[in-house]
Amino acid sequence: MTDIFQLDGANIPFEPGQTVMQAALTAGHYIPHLCYHPEFKPHGSCKVCTVKVNGRTAASCTMPAEAGLNVESNIEEMNGLRRTLVQMLFAEGNHFCPSCEKSGNCMLQALGYDLEVHTAGFRHLYPDRPLDASHKDILLDFNRCILCELCVRASAEVDGKDVFALSGRGITKHLIVNAESGLLKDTNIALTDKAMQVCPVGVILPKRVGFSIPIGKRRYDQRPVSAQALDDAPRQADASGSCDVCEGTP
Amino acid sequence: MNAPVKPKLRIATTSLAGCFGCHMSFLDIDERLLTLLDLIEFDRSPLTDIKHCGSCDIGIIEGGICNAENVHVLREFRKNCKTLIAIGACAVTGGLPAQRNHLDLGSCLTEVYLTEPGLAHGHIPNDPELPLPLDKVHPLHEVVKIDYFIPGCPPSGDAIWKFLTDLIAGKTPELGHGLIKYD
Repeated sequence: MTDIFQLDGANIPFEPGQTVMQAALTAGHYIPHLCYHPEFKPHGSCKVCTVKVNGRTAASCTMPAEAGLNVESNIEEMNGLRRTLVQMLFAEGNHFCPSCEKSGNCMLQALGYDLEVHTAGFRHLYPDRPLDASHKDILLDFNRCILCELCVRASAEVDGKDVFALSGRGITKHLIVNAESGLLKDTNIALTDKAMQVCPVGVILPKRVGFSIPIGKRRYDQRPVSAQALDDAPRQADASGSCDVCEGTP
Repeated sequence: MNAPVKPKLRIATTSLAGCFGCHMSFLDIDERLLTLLDLIEFDRSPLTDIKHCGSCDIGIIEGGICNAENVHVLREFRKNCKTLIAIGACAVTGGLPAQRNHLDLGSCLTEVYLTEPGLAHGHIPNDPELPLPLDKVHPLHEVVKIDYFIPGCPPSGDAIWKFLTDLIAGKTPELGHGLIKYD
């Protein structure tokens, strides 16, 4: 007999060791998320996937599934908190969508659309975050970083290169490049690396291919992120470590 | 007995630190503008050339706040409009003009008017008629209370139409997939 928990009134079967998020996605139920990626160990940092478990809030990507849990996700209380989290991310960085080549393929933007975020609401911080254009093939635009650590995890766990890391604490936390110069050109990153494919926003970009997909044909122009995340679950890398559906990056 | 004629809603619009692209997009509602005109009339707007905003039901503002005059106009709108709407990326987030926010204003002016080639004998404009630029560009909600936001650069005519017709019908405006855009 398979164990079952309740998600918004639906029965969700799960295997031992699965998290609430994994079981929900496998069963075809979407829980909004940003830093979660099916191919990587959950990070639990963005908190967008927060649900109510037996009345208490928990990150569904790290919460182990247990028989009999009562999980509430698609309720106004949770969606309101998710909206606020997304608003804070927009206010904290420089997310100027009209000039971003990831626009239309960006998970943060798509999540904003899905949650009907019309404004960041908060006072914009407008931080000063210079670009790193030192690498001949790859551009880093730190303005858009949401500190999800997917590139850190991909570079360490899949590529075995440790190109990226987070440094600092609290509001000063930021993405850094693991080289003495701090510049991407002095690392061994390659266009074929997993770290190139996982950025949910527009930080890590291959040069000379921007805006190649016309408006209207980009990933999230077609269908909202809530519909597409289910197609991806469970997303698996192929033998060469690449994942076609990873946020539309070629 | 004839039913009382429902008074038309009075709408004012303006562009502050914007490019008038949102106003152009507003005109993209095309012939629906005639339907709209059965329900509303325009107060201050580039469409009427009325210079100051009177008492209005709805104010629609494109563009962020980049100089002292923008602040005065925004406050005039807030004072006179029951409902104030920020339209477009610049009004909602600061947008393109706010891309100067991480730079020092003095160095911006120096580079543009004094040190860059092409303006060898230039000087930083200082006519007293010119409104003074603000140190930083701000979205509208950082200066006055904004009731609604229509994101997009610009929002499509369809998005503006959906938003306004919802609002005029007394519903909470919703955009939904395909109409809500940040770019």
